This record gives sequence, structure tokens and C-alpha cells, in this order.
Amino acid sequence: MLLGTIIYGLLNSAVLAVMAIGFNLTFGISGVANFAYGAMYIFSAYLSWTLFNLLDWPYGLAVSASISATMALGALMYRFVLLRVRGQALSEVIATFGIGLAILELFHYLGFVGFEYTLPVLIDDGIMIGDTMVDWQRILITGVAGLLVTGLWAFTHYTRLGLAFRGIAQDERTALTLGIESDRIAMISVSLGCGLAALAATVIIPLGSISPSEGYEVLIKALAVCIIGGLGSTGGVIVASFLIGFAERFTDTYVSSHWTMIVSLAAILLVLGFKPSGLFGRQKELEERI
Amino acid sequence: MERRKERIDRGIKVRAGDVFALCSWREMLYLLAPRLIPVLGFLLLPLVLDNYWQKVLLSVAAFALLAISWDILAQSGMVSLGQALFFGLGAYCSGVLTHTFGCPPLLALPAAALLGGLLSTLCLLPVLRLRGVYFSMVTLIIPLMLVRVIEATKIFGGTEGLSGIAPLPSKWVELYLIVGALLAALFGFRRLLDSDYGLVLKAIKDNDRSVINAGINIYWFKAQALFIASSLAALTGAYMTHVYMFVGMPVFALDYSILPIAAAVVGGPGTLAGATVGAVILVPLSEVLRGIGGLRIVFYGLFLVVFIVALPEGIFHYIQRKYHQVERWVEVQ
Repeated sequence: MLLGTIIYGLLNSAVLAVMAIGFNLTFGISGVANFAYGAMYIFSAYLSWTLFNLLDWPYGLAVSASISATMALGALMYRFVLLRVRGQALSEVIATFGIGLAILELFHYLGFVGFEYTLPVLIDDGIMIGDTMVDWQRILITGVAGLLVTGLWAFTHYTRLGLAFRGIAQDERTALTLGIESDRIAMISVSLGCGLAALAATVIIPLGSISPSEGYEVLIKALAVCIIGGLGSTGGVIVASFLIGFAERFTDTYVSSHWTMIVSLAAILLVLGFKPSGLFGRQKELEERI
Repeated sequence: MERRKERIDRGIKVRAGDVFALCSWREMLYLLAPRLIPVLGFLLLPLVLDNYWQKVLLSVAAFALLAISWDILAQSGMVSLGQALFFGLGAYCSGVLTHTFGCPPLLALPAAALLGGLLSTLCLLPVLRLRGVYFSMVTLIIPLMLVRVIEATKIFGGTEGLSGIAPLPSKWVELYLIVGALLAALFGFRRLLDSDYGLVLKAIKDNDRSVINAGINIYWFKAQALFIASSLAALTGAYMTHVYMFVGMPVFALDYSILPIAAAVVGGPGTLAGATVGAVILVPLSEVLRGIGGLRIVFYGLFLVVFIVALPEGIFHYIQRKYHQVERWVEVQ
């Protein structure tokens, strides 16, 4: 029981890390709010489902097409909406939240709810660790999580584009004087974040089914990981995923599944109340609270 | 040839701004019309509408109150993404007071408004120091969490909610209570925000650090603004509890957070009248669109985006400008 909980805690943390990484790239590292993140996740999932099941495209083609489409959608959203309200944090939040709401409720209205709406697992098998059954899909997610987090860390520390992402979050005007075109960089950041959301959907959705309400949950979980870990910190993503991942599994096993969501919400509130820049964030203390 | 738009105050506005306004009916009407139209509209409409549209008017007034509450908070620099928190706490307070303690509804309403306001203020007191988007995120999350806490602990009827709550004495009391509350809140809080007290609140929004420099305790003022705004929303929640004769988890639903924001943004943030105009437009519109069901929320989302991007000042400011000023194109020298 305990070993099983620990293993599933670990796998759950990996799922959380994959879910949150795109949001962390956009909101955490480049400081652009994209509250349509959950909607992008669901959008790409439905698109893959449609291409794969209704139009009979091969799996690889369907998935890569929907990832590219989501990235394009993110870029368009930045160009036509976010660009106009750039710099007004609350308008950014409300506008993107409005877009997310519209997309999710549209799918809700169209009635895309049910167990048949899911993506195929890559390897339909599992292995036994101790007396716990672990399926390959979850192990794949753990691998993807490791790759993405290392990739993100290297990307934001050693590439020009990654450094530019961090630059526009730290001080946009100084970044401009150094030749970083902040509008273009922010657009790339939103687009990449949406692409990562689509990638996350591709590997995570096979564990369950696609439903619009999942979109809100993904947003909240990504927000939780991002806020608890600290804006602008890759290490924070790992620590926060582990914290929430284990806390969720342990409440699930030892308390009741009703309390699972409450744990992550309470964690966000505590961190926001006491250290709004998160456990590892060091940016802009005076802008957060006074 | 470069051109720019020149805006000049209408003659009648200049004249009416002075004591000479009392010299002519036309100028008095110019001043009074914008105030009389909403007052008379809200007071007379219940008499001419049928039963169904009376209910719509009732929810227009309720959402206008929520939007006014949002706007008071926004004008003090606290943007709430969770009006449902205040609404829901007020609704549950009134529900429990009437259902468990047997309070008469007319007594439970003001009690629930104060109690709900107090609870919401206590809830948010620890995060009053947070600024901007961080405060908003906290307000977004608390109602989501309360829903799940009620679901998990099964307090106050759990997922079933409390039903069979005593209604208000009659249909007319019900209607004129909310309309009266709306008009009182609209004109009363407009006056409050124009006074020195309101000036401090607006200054906190503009630059909180310089308000601290002026030796003013901004946390005390923020807490007061929070109490005022959340009591108003709690009153609305308590009132809707007695209208529906039910209180349950739906009171924390996203609708009660999104629609007031949409109303305030569409109508024009910064003036309480804008919030009312927004509610007067959006709520009947959503009734007309009732046939398309869940698609309504899609429209709210799009409305929000379009207005934030294309007309950030809102409808009210736009109309106000046209009413007071003439515009014309002039050549740039």
C-alpha cells in the first residue's frame, strides 16, 4: 500500500510536471499570462481525436498536425488579442481567460463528453514493481517529464531565445535596448507554451478521457505548480510537482478522494499568502505585495 | 494631410455646469435626464412587464449589484475574479439563518449581508497585501475550493444544498426590494466614491506607495472597501436565496464571477453606472439567447475579449462623451 502510493505519487508528479511546463514557460519564464492554457490542452486533444478517428489520419501525422495547429492558434491569439493589452496584467488575464472560457464551453456545448473520446496509448501493457501494476504510458510520461524539464532548463540558460524569454520578464525596456524584440519573443513564448500544452495532452489524455471540465483542472494544476515553484524557476517546477503530486496521492489513499483537489488549491492559497513569488522565485518582490 | 479629432464641450454642458442651469427647462432636463431615465425605468418597468420579464428585470438588478460591487473593488485597486465568493457566502449565511434558526427573510437579508461581508473580508484579510494579478488569483481560487470543501465535508446540506427556504412576503416586495437596493447602491456609492474617502480608494489603485507616503493606512482603507463591496454582493446572494428558495453549491459557480466582470467591462469600468449599463445589456441578451443553452457562456467569453481589445473604455464612457461633447476632425498644423 505504502510502496504503491509512493510509486503513484512519483508518476503523478511527472504528470503534473508535463501538464505545467508549457504554462511555466509562458507565464513563469516570460511573464505573459495565458489563461487559455487549459483550453489549448483540450483543443489539441479534440483535434487529434477528430483527425485520428474521424478522418483516419495516421497517429503520428494527426498528433503533429494538432500540435502545430495549437501553436498557430496560440500565435494568433497573441497577435490579435494579447498584443493589444500587453503590459496590463489584469486585462491580459481577463482576455485570455475569456478566450479559454469560450473554447471550453464551445466544446461543452457541442457535447464532446464521454469515454469514447480518448487518445490511444502507445504501448498497451505494464510491468510489476513490487506488487504494484505500472503501465508503460505512465513510465513514458515520466520520461517525457524528465526530458522536458532538463530541456527547458538548458533552453532558458544556454540559448539566445531562452535568455530573451527571461529578459523580457525581468525588464522589458532594458531587453529592448539590447535588441530583443519583446513582442516577437512574447509571441513565440505563447506559441511554444501552447505547443507544450498540446504535447502534454497527447501523452496524458490516454490515461483518461477528454472532457471540457478537464481544461479548468489543467489550468488550476498548472497554476498551482507554477505559483508554488516560483515564477521564473525551472527547479521550482520539479519541487512543486513532487510536493503536489505526493500530497494528492497521499490524501487520495489515506483521507478521501474528495480532498485531493482541495489540497492543491489550499497549497496555492498558502504560497500566495505568504510568499507570492513562490518557493524558488526571486523576482520583483515589490510588485507582488506591499 | 494629417488630421486629428478635436473634442469640444457642448454649449449646454458648459452652461448647465453653473447655477444658470436653473434658468431654463432645457438645461435642467439636460442635467436630469441621465439620472431620471434609469430611476424611472427601474421603478416603472415592473408595472408594465409580464411575469417572465419581471424575473428577468430581477436578475438584471441582481447582476448589476454584483457588477457594482466588482467595480467598487476594482476602483480601490483590487480586481476580483471571484464575485461568487461574496455572493455564495451571503447566500449560505441567509440560507442557514432562515433554514436552521428560523429567521424571517426580511431580517435574514440584512443580517446575511453584514455577516457575509464580514466573513468574506476575514477570508481575504491575510492576502490584502497582495497586489494586482496575485490578489485576483486568490479570489479566483477560494470559491473553487469552498465548493469542494462543502462537497467533501457535507456541511450545510452538502451536494444537495438547503431547499424549502422561506420566500419573501410578496412578488412586489421582492421586485422593489432589489430595484430599490440597486438604485440606492448606484447613487449612494457614486457619491461615496466622489467624496474624499473615495479619492483615497482611487489613489490606492493609482499608486499605493505614495498613499503610504501620505501617512494613510492603506490596509485599513482596503479592508473597508472590501467590506463594503462584499456586503453588497452578499446582500445579492442572500436575496437570490430567498427568490429561488434554495441554496446549494451552484452559488459558487463561475457564472456569478464571470457575468459581473463582463457587465462591468462591457459597460465601462470606473463608473458604477457603467456596471449597471452592462448588466442591463447583457442579462436580457442572455435571456434572449437562452434557447442556445451552454453557448451563452461562449458569448460572454467573446464579449469580454472583444470589449477589452476594441472598446476598453466601455459603452458608458462612450455614450457620456457623445452626450457632453462634439467631435470634429481638424487639420494638424
